[in-house]
This record gives sequence, C-alpha cells and structure tokens, in this order.
Amino acid sequence: MFRYFVRRLLQMVLTFFGATFIVYALMFANQDDPLQALAGERPLPENQRQALTELYHLNEPFIVQYGYYMQGLLTGDFGRSLTGRQIGDMMADAWPVTIKLALMAIVIGATFAVTTGVISGIRRGGPFDTSTLVFTLVLLALPIVVLAPLAQLIFGIKFQWFPATAGRDATFFQLLLPAIVLGSLVVATELRVTRASVAENLRSDYVRTARAKGLSRRRVIGVHVLRNSLIPVVTLIGVDLGGLMSGAIVTEGVFNIPGVGFNLFRGIRTEDGPLVVGFVSILTIVFLVSNLIVDLLYAALDPRIRYE
Amino acid sequence: MTDIKAEFEAVPGVDPNAPLLEVTDLHVEFRTQYGVAKAVNGANFRLAPRETLAILGESGCGKSVTAQAIMGILDSPPGFITRGEVRYRGVDVLKLPENERRRVRANQIAMIFQDALSALNPVFTVGFQLGELFRMHRGMSRADAKKRSIELLDQVKIPAAASRVNDFPHQFSGGMRQRVMIAMALALDPEVLIADEPTTALDVTVQAQIMGLLAELQQQRNMGLILITHDMGVVADVADRISVMYAGKVVEEAPVYDIYSRPAHPYAKALLESIPRLDMKGQQLSVIKGLPPALTNIPPGCPFNPRCGYARDVCRQDPPPPPYTVAADRTARCHFWEEVVSS
Repeated sequence: MFRYFVRRLLQMVLTFFGATFIVYALMFANQDDPLQALAGERPLPENQRQALTELYHLNEPFIVQYGYYMQGLLTGDFGRSLTGRQIGDMMADAWPVTIKLALMAIVIGATFAVTTGVISGIRRGGPFDTSTLVFTLVLLALPIVVLAPLAQLIFGIKFQWFPATAGRDATFFQLLLPAIVLGSLVVATELRVTRASVAENLRSDYVRTARAKGLSRRRVIGVHVLRNSLIPVVTLIGVDLGGLMSGAIVTEGVFNIPGVGFNLFRGIRTEDGPLVVGFVSILTIVFLVSNLIVDLLYAALDPRIRYE
Repeated sequence: MTDIKAEFEAVPGVDPNAPLLEVTDLHVEFRTQYGVAKAVNGANFRLAPRETLAILGESGCGKSVTAQAIMGILDSPPGFITRGEVRYRGVDVLKLPENERRRVRANQIAMIFQDALSALNPVFTVGFQLGELFRMHRGMSRADAKKRSIELLDQVKIPAAASRVNDFPHQFSGGMRQRVMIAMALALDPEVLIADEPTTALDVTVQAQIMGLLAELQQQRNMGLILITHDMGVVADVADRISVMYAGKVVEEAPVYDIYSRPAHPYAKALLESIPRLDMKGQQLSVIKGLPPALTNIPPGCPFNPRCGYARDVCRQDPPPPPYTVAADRTARCHFWEEVVSS
C-alpha cells in the first residue's frame, strides 16, 4: 500500500510537469508581443521595453522561460497577471469560493443521484424508475450554458426563491442555486450508474445468501447491496470533479461569482498568459490529488483491490 | 450449542410430533415476457431428523427452485408459488407473514449454496457475515458475535480460525470458502439444512472432505439434510432416500439402495445407466437421448415420454401418470413401473 502510494506520488509529479508544460507552451506560443499587450494602446519606449524583456526573460529560449516560470511556481511565486496584480493574491481570493461551490455541488449532486439511483434500481421498470429516466435524459440534453441562465431566470428572477447572483463573500444560501446548477451536471450519469449497479447487485448470489440468512430487506439493501453498488459510483464522482471545474467556468460567469472559473474565463478572453497558466497549474494539482483520494477510497470500499 | 436456541421463541403453532419438513404438491412458475415457465409441478417429499434426502436431476429440472421456494427466497416476480404446502413441524410456512417467515430462515431451515465465492459478499469479512446472524437474530454485541464466529469456524475445521475470521472471502481457497458457507448455515443451529450442489464447484478430494464434514455435523446436530445434486456418486455415499426430479416433478422417490439396484422410473434407470463404470471400460457410454422439455412447453402426459424407450400412447396423453406405490416407502410416476423394475 505504501509503495503504491509513493509510486502514485511520483507519477503525479510527472503529470504535473507535463500538464503545466503543455499549457505554458499553448499560452505563450501564439503570443507575438506580450509587452505591447501589457502596455495596451500606448507606445512602449525602447529602454522600458529592454528592461521588461530582461525582467520577464523574453529574449531567452522557450525552455529556459518555462524553467524560470516553474522555479517561481515551486517557490510560491505565481508572478504577475498582465493586469499587474499578483496572481498569488488573486488565487487567495478565488479558490475559497470555488472550493465551497464545488463541494456543495458534489454533495448535492451525489446525494441526490445516489438516493434516487438506489430507489430506481430497486423499483426497476416502475413509474418512479421511468420518470427518473426521462428526468436524466432532459438533464443530459441541457448543456450548462443553457441550464445556468435558465435556472437564474426562473428561480432567481421570476420566482425569486434564490438570490440571482452571488458575488464576493457569498453566503451558503447565495451559493445554493449555482451549486444545484453545477451539481446537476453530474447527476444524470451518477444516477444511471447507481441504478444499474444496484439493479445488478440485487440479482447477485450474495443477496440470495443474505436473504437466506433471514435478514430484513432493509438490511439486505442498506448494508449488503449498497456497499457493493457504491464502488463504481465513487470512481465516477472522482472523475466528475474535472467536469465540475469546467462547469464552474460557466456557472461562475453566469452567477457572477469571482472564483477560479470566473478568473480563468477572463484570463482566456484577454490572453492573460501568466494568469491562465497559474490557475491551470493549481487545477491540475487539485485534479491529481482528488484522483489519488478516489483510488485510495476505492481500495477501502473493495477489499479485493490491493495496490502492490 | 443449546443456549443459542434458548432465548429464541419458536414459530407459533409448531407441533413437535409433526414431521420435520413436508412438501406437498408444490407448484412454482416463472412469469416472464416469453411466457409462463412451470418450473415446479407438484413436488412432494418429506424429511425426518438425521435423514438425508437427495434431490437428483439434471439442470433445469426445478431442484434449485424447489429449494428456494422452501426457503422463501424465490425472486418474486418473476417467480410465484401457485399451489402447495411447505410444512415445518406442521406449520405451513408459505402462509406465515413475512416477518415470521424471515425468522424461520437460518433459525429452523438454513441453506448452503453452490458457488461460495459468489454466494459470500465480497466486501465484508467472513467474521462480519457470520457475526451478522448473531447480531440480527440474537441481539448479540459485536464482540460476542465475533467470539461465536470463531467458534463456528473452528467447528467446520478451518485452521487458525481466530485470525482468519478477519479475512475476506477471496482470501480463502474454494474448499475453505465452502466451509465458511456451512458455518454460516449452521450458526443458529437449524433443524433442516438444504445444500444446493454444495460440492459442484470443488475438486474431487475437497468434495469428499466437505461431504464428510456435512455428514458429521448432521449427526452431531440431528439435522435433516436435503442434498440437491446431479452427481449420482455423491448421492450413493451419503443419502438415505432419493427423489428424482424431472421437469418439475418428483418422478421417483425411493430409499437409496432400492433405486440403485432396481429403479422403477425409466428416467432414473437411464440416469443410472449413464454413470461411467470402470468395469465397462472401452464400451460406449449410454446417454439419455434428446433434451429435457422447455418449461414453457411441457408435453402432455408424462413429461419424459419423448425420450423414453417404454413410452406408449397412454404416456402421451393427459392425465400424467400419478405416483404409483412401488413399495411401502417408494413411489414412481410411470404407468409401466412394473416393467421397468423387472427389466
């Protein structure tokens, strides 16, 4: 187990450098004059241009520039955004709200998906199962760029059940509607997988044994079936975290939440290279760590899996 | 072993003098989208304490379904018990409400299954799965239940039971897993044990060990054992009586010695003739021609008539042959049983 853990950590380091390198290359390869972009409309004096070129190592080869960038990144210095702000400060503002939003979305989405999926799996073919099938099809058909503004319009503006936007220092309640929208992104697949998994496990031999042991139906399903059925769902939740991050870009944009997605969205639009690379680097780490946690959790749920 | 029973209230209405288990005219059908499959069509047998009854038949003849119907673990839908009685000490368990029925399982009638690897839950330790019985049925604490589980594993002769109790099913060998399965069935000291092909998934030497263990435990505990199998060799060693099933019916029921020496039903006879024998080496092995009927489309009359060498017109017409009395404790559903016995 420990050796597996160390090996995974080493793999993560490799993946991290690979991912950041690609994003860095993509962002900087098509920049022709970042200094002019920094200066905007005004002309840039030659001496200033030279000083800035020196400062940002722009006359060095690409690989050396990447080296300087990684050096900064690893010492906690994300550099400056083209707007002049310290990227480290921007992250400190953006990450807490996004983490809060993503956690809420995961909890809401997974709770709903697993509960509904288990009931559908038990009552396979019944009216409840059929209506969840229709519901998941509708969810799958609605992309988040449609769902987010629609939910904002209906529940935020028309009925005014929820605040229409969240803004900085959003409260739990303000984040509820965006979190539901974001969570609905993963509900459909998680629900279908839970349902299929429960339906399959209900037919298995060990369920027959559990019934032959005279256990109550509640215990057979709640203990024996559930634990087995959750194994594939947990894996899916881990993978879904990546989907949530991309969904957050749209959701945060629509609900005006100044989180990671919001900053990334702006960074991409204004071709703010350092900003995008900085945020993506941290996103990569979040993604890698959450996948590692899922793999470890997987072993805890399924004893047949032992990492050696 | 007695104290485990003491605090348990018996099923209401049981008569200690009534037969241990009596199955009368049991009918089970499966209602599928392809039609109604009549899996069990009037199964009859009875079982006494310490007795071993073998239910013999080829795949799909309804022997496992009969066992599941007795246990009350039939998947319903699609499976339905349409007629018949299953009397445990005089009480028809089919008529009990579900919560009382549930307590009969494992307490009075327990079951072990064919493939212990899939029949045990892969994600829980064997200690958890054994202890669960004591915790749920006897209200024991986790610690007491674990102590009991270790005792049980000891009784089924699993070495180092105290440490193996924390292992998962996949960490055991096939034979050891089947021992765990047996321990689980015997945990609450049942009076009837149904073993559904308990040794089919095991190799021959382990098969003998498991059958030996079962016989030993049966004698210690005065249990009635229903052994479901298609293996005539296993039956000859351990069974007292045999019920031969074909297309959901018991076609012949007889003491083991009688049926081996002089079968009274053509199907039982054909089964016996198809056992490979060392003294017939080099000769063609006799087989039963054709296939058992589809349960959605059982032929009228005797269900065995299309494959039977003795069949005449009367066999192809309803009503099917009734259970003729061949001897005092012996019946056969064949119009021409006298001919079969004497041949």
